[in-house]
Amino acid sequence: MKADPAGVLTGAHYLDGDFACGEGAMAAGCRFTAGYPITPSTEVVERISRRFPMMGGTFIQMEDELASMAAIVGGSWTGSKCLTVTSGPGFSLMMENIGLAVMMEVPCVVVNVQRGGPSTGLPTMTGQADMMQARWGSHGDYELIAMSPQSPQEAFDLMIDAFNLSEQYRVPVLFMMDECVGHMTEKVVIPPADEIEIVVRKFTKDPPGKFLPYRVNGTYVPDFARAGDGYRFHTTGLTHDERGYPEMSAACQEVCVRRLIEKITKNADKIVRFDEENTDGADVVVVCYGITARVARMGIDMARKKGVKVGVIRLIVVWPFPEKHIRELAKKIKAFVVPEINYGQMVLEVERCSAGNAAAVCVPHGGGSVHDPKDICDAIVGAAK
Amino acid sequence: MTQVMEQTDTTVEEHPVAPFLRMDRIPHIWCPTCGIGTVVKCFASALVETNIDLDKAAIVSGIGCTGRVAGYMNMDAFHSTHGRAIPFATGLKLGRPELFVTVFSGDGDLSGIGGNHFIHAARRNMDLLVILINNFIYGMTGGQNAPTTPLGAKSSTMPYGNFERPFNLPHLAASCGATYVARWTSLHIRRLTKSFREAIKRKGFRFIEVIAPCSTLYARLNKLGTGFNLMQFYHDNTEIRHGADTRDLDIDFQGEITCAKFVDEERPTFLDMMNEQYKKTLGDRYVPMAPEGGMYHE
Amino acid sequence: MSRTEIRITGYGGQGVVLSGYIIGRACAIDAGKHATMIQSFGPEARGSACSATLSVSDTEVLYPYIGRPDIFVVMSSEGYNTFRDELKDKGTLVYETDLVKPNLKKGQPSFGVPSTRIAEELGRPIVQNIVMLGFFAAVSKIVSQDEMREAVKESVPPGTEDLNLKAFDAGWAHYEETYGDNKGKKAAVAADSSA
Repeated sequence: MKADPAGVLTGAHYLDGDFACGEGAMAAGCRFTAGYPITPSTEVVERISRRFPMMGGTFIQMEDELASMAAIVGGSWTGSKCLTVTSGPGFSLMMENIGLAVMMEVPCVVVNVQRGGPSTGLPTMTGQADMMQARWGSHGDYELIAMSPQSPQEAFDLMIDAFNLSEQYRVPVLFMMDECVGHMTEKVVIPPADEIEIVVRKFTKDPPGKFLPYRVNGTYVPDFARAGDGYRFHTTGLTHDERGYPEMSAACQEVCVRRLIEKITKNADKIVRFDEENTDGADVVVVCYGITARVARMGIDMARKKGVKVGVIRLIVVWPFPEKHIRELAKKIKAFVVPEINYGQMVLEVERCSAGNAAAVCVPHGGGSVHDPKDICDAIVGAAK
Repeated sequence: MTQVMEQTDTTVEEHPVAPFLRMDRIPHIWCPTCGIGTVVKCFASALVETNIDLDKAAIVSGIGCTGRVAGYMNMDAFHSTHGRAIPFATGLKLGRPELFVTVFSGDGDLSGIGGNHFIHAARRNMDLLVILINNFIYGMTGGQNAPTTPLGAKSSTMPYGNFERPFNLPHLAASCGATYVARWTSLHIRRLTKSFREAIKRKGFRFIEVIAPCSTLYARLNKLGTGFNLMQFYHDNTEIRHGADTRDLDIDFQGEITCAKFVDEERPTFLDMMNEQYKKTLGDRYVPMAPEGGMYHE
Repeated sequence: MSRTEIRITGYGGQGVVLSGYIIGRACAIDAGKHATMIQSFGPEARGSACSATLSVSDTEVLYPYIGRPDIFVVMSSEGYNTFRDELKDKGTLVYETDLVKPNLKKGQPSFGVPSTRIAEELGRPIVQNIVMLGFFAAVSKIVSQDEMREAVKESVPPGTEDLNLKAFDAGWAHYEETYGDNKGKKAAVAADSSA
């Protein structure tokens, strides 16, 4: 269906990534946001809190990030599209209830404007060191979706995709922006509402009494009933059966958790998204995401001038990882080069998928700034030898 | 009443509160002589008597023995994470303002790990009915010290007696701005039910503390006898003082328990205040969320 | 090389970030170039020295931060002292003459405007940054006068457009009067380092 025009600020704007992200959420139909101030993400909720009252949305500043995440899980059960926004330390606090959202299967979007860590780290400066936390940060086995925008324009565009995927698969989507993109102001074009396609979770057509909240009928995603519509359903963070009733058994665990995982892994081909360029005949392929993808292009141009055949894969959806594609590519190239603003996170995934067929070279950066393109070039040239 | 008395056959097919419970989940998990079941029965009775539309009611629990209450209530029921029942319920209420939302959880859940949410929800006057069962101990994990354990009482992590001063919960709630504050024990079935009835009809952050026996852990660790002995203790050692100063409501180990309604006042809720502020500053530009929520669909 | 790098600095409250925003907007929206603005954040953004940088290019801006700016717009002495050395040797200095006493390198183009005084003469000292912006626009010609005026109109609080455009025009006029071709005056090129 088409977006609600009330939330769509159509036109050409000069916006920073945080504001663009907030506009994307509102255009996607988000109408409930709970958050707690933390640099460098706060501008997202500042934008939303200013505009929400004019479109029937409610923003609440909670007492901490534990509360913010819990509130949007609760809010999502009313059928509203829900968002919370944070950065590193707050992301850590949200982990438990991100797990609850996975287990209860409620759509929601969590923005993490990544800054330098660990701990309080570099509050005002960039980092990309929460990528593995996005994948594994909550306890237990699960799958979810994470995305990484490279510009304010993409922060807007991908935010709509983030909400759509979250609604479609009833899973939290983690929006892994970085401070550099968040605090970078560029041109952002917002299309008219009738050009924005939005997805709404599938509501049950069963009458109350017939409805089981976690019955999937051979698919992976159960139909949704919202609170207050007379279904009187039960849901829990405990391992549960189709009725949403706790059942403490290995058998129920197998059914419950396997579906949560397969919901994403079996649909991975539909969820995975990346840009690919010049990988045919390449000796080296650079795998990158977020702001680093832009800087890497400069390093790639420099390496090409030195005669290296180099391609690039820019991850847009980061989790699930484009496993199949990297696996195939690994058989055809010498090496992957993975620049990222951390000491080696996504490179581990590249290395795993390469399975020894191609080298996986990390180009680390501790955070606080972006790579020097020359370092990326050097790594490419070195890997091509 | 007279009608009932005129009936010759007083047996009923079904317990009057059965429609309010998930009978398919009975028997429940609580120990014999635990007080939680009694409190649930009182709450269900109050729902019957106040004629609440259960289709528009939601209940949220955290984790713990009392945290299982949501699982037995026949309405939209949410068994959330430890300590986060109040913010979870806040999301439900703000996401669909017409809902009647109750938080039902234990002392450790709401005043220990969830203490910060408790004080802030009270401060905001979030429109929630918060029922806290206080058994002075962490039950589900095996009898550890709670923020409510009386001084000197033993717990599995204070084996030589608790030396931390406990919360006076009615005072905490009142001083943070709760609009309705009461305390009863699970022995006070009629008064507790009446209190639930009153609180259901009020708006804002309503807080009812219910002292209930944990014979399996609290009573055993402190050699207080059986559940029956604890109920006998409540009978002999509670004083009802309506409107008592909440500063005077500390509970000493095996000391007197003051029960009653302490606060009952009207104050605009979070949503009232929000609507008023936006109307005042934005005028016609303000588009409030519809009572049925902010969902957008075809 | 089509890329121009700009740093704007001043003290908190002078509207440094808004100035950067308007330049970026004029370039990116009104003139169809690529323009990436980065503002400095953290305690330094709230306190005395405040700064914003812009990378303006005919092609996509890949690297978001600036190296050594081509143009340095400075509205406070502290900002000048903090960033003076990074300006390119032949880079252009644009400064507030009453607040900044620059120590110019030989051959460095520099342009001064008493933007605070001009703003005060307009009756609203708060538009000092827009006076400076008008002056900067005239010096740099990074976009046309109309394009920059359009960006001013779209960026300032509703109801203050006329005042701000007046400030902008006053800044532009100061350039014309002091350095413009019609006045026959050339850009002040410092003859020595003590100008």
